[in-house]
Amino acid sequence: MAWITGVGMTAFGKHTGSTTISLMSQAATAALADAGLERRDIDGLVCGYSTTMPHLKLSTLFAGHFVLQPRYAHGMQVGGATGLAMEMLANLVADAGAARNTLVVAGENRLIGQSRDMTMQTLAQAGQHQYEVPLGPTIPAYYGLVASRYMHETGLDETDFAHLAVLMRRNAAGHPGAQLRDPIIVEDVLASKPIAPPLKLMDCCPISDGAAAFVVSTDRLGANALRIRGCSQAHTHQHVTGAKDLTAFGARQSSARALAAVGVGVADIGYAGIHDSFTITLAILLEEIGLSRRGASGKEVAAGRYDADGTLPLNTHGGLLSYGHCGVGGALAHLVEMHRQVTRRAGDRQIRSELALALMHGDGGIMSSHVSILVERTS
Amino acid sequence: MDAPTDWTDGVEALAYQSCDACGERWYFRRDFCPRCGSTQVATRVSNCVGSVYAATVVVRAPSPERRERAPYGICLIDLDEGVRVMTHAEPGIGIGSRVRIGFQRSDRGVLPIAARLTSDEDRT
Repeated sequence: MAWITGVGMTAFGKHTGSTTISLMSQAATAALADAGLERRDIDGLVCGYSTTMPHLKLSTLFAGHFVLQPRYAHGMQVGGATGLAMEMLANLVADAGAARNTLVVAGENRLIGQSRDMTMQTLAQAGQHQYEVPLGPTIPAYYGLVASRYMHETGLDETDFAHLAVLMRRNAAGHPGAQLRDPIIVEDVLASKPIAPPLKLMDCCPISDGAAAFVVSTDRLGANALRIRGCSQAHTHQHVTGAKDLTAFGARQSSARALAAVGVGVADIGYAGIHDSFTITLAILLEEIGLSRRGASGKEVAAGRYDADGTLPLNTHGGLLSYGHCGVGGALAHLVEMHRQVTRRAGDRQIRSELALALMHGDGGIMSSHVSILVERTS
Repeated sequence: MDAPTDWTDGVEALAYQSCDACGERWYFRRDFCPRCGSTQVATRVSNCVGSVYAATVVVRAPSPERRERAPYGICLIDLDEGVRVMTHAEPGIGIGSRVRIGFQRSDRGVLPIAARLTSDEDRT
């Protein structure tokens, strides 16, 4: 298992004049500096995709621009799960001996690079092209369907979701790079305009410009290297119509396999970075992974379990819901924040928990692609 | 290719498939059974009656032409034949509602839409 030896990311929000490549370059430069590496040290490159700049070879396009000559390059696409899938791939590349230092980078000018309608239409293509897309569902609508059924069976309600949105906003207030920092309360979330009931505006992440990057190395470089301990994926269905059950998801399998690979349980985890495209996404993932009891995630958030000074700090940068979501880079931001917290470099946001193990979880599609990763600080 | 059978081909009907070998039924057209792999597959026309499994409403539509029609309901329906389908939904339909699926024809083609079944209709 390899090491995460450096991280970097931009502020998220509106970056006038930015491009996919310029944002990626900023984050990559920061990650290399954090790892204490030069461009010539980078011999592996893993990139994701950009909806504002679709390209057949994004990884080598970036290598050409950033002046890298890797001996391994790869662009990958598994929707919202791409960020952590890239981390898993970089770890596999390291273990296979294909590269010693792999740069993993993603970014996109998703806010200024295209209209909101275009973003919504592009993302809605996650639906089945013949049987779902013609009906005009949006990504919030797909998740609204999931939410309706999950609430029906578990008793979660809209107030439970609101607690999650409030926590992410409170965390974002402590990070100068976050897109949405104005404080909100539960009543604000409940009163925000309906998007796809039960989901309202404040249950949904914003669209952002931004980028994030990190370096995965075979060697333990520098003082802030974190060990990748266990990685697992699960892809159970592609389309919401084709899912057998909208209350049981692949997060359960992928997280259980990752935990078993390390021989630990959820009580050993000191920090959680969990995908939060919508409040319902986060609620389901907390419950399916087993961090919260089924139907209890909202109440446990309200009781402070996931506060920065609580038992299990969660997305302390504000997550997709408030730090922002620029696509693949949005998921990587969770990893960058995890790295800063576990290496105790988070400044005013530094959590108190001394537990050295962090759990990361990514979700792509409509709860259809899952990646779980455990990372550890070793003495 | 098969003859046009359902709304995805512009016909006011909803079709599903079944496996002659193992009896599995499914919605998205395939030339093999997703359960046992058999290629002995039959296409059947649904009676279009079922129960709502999940429901939402698109309030914020993603394009100007869809915005004219918004808000529009979207639901997943478990057909009595044992197959789950996505359709538009009339207002007021919620999880557990018994529904009949009808069809709306527009310049966008034919789209299925679910309306509440009366208890009389549901007796058959």
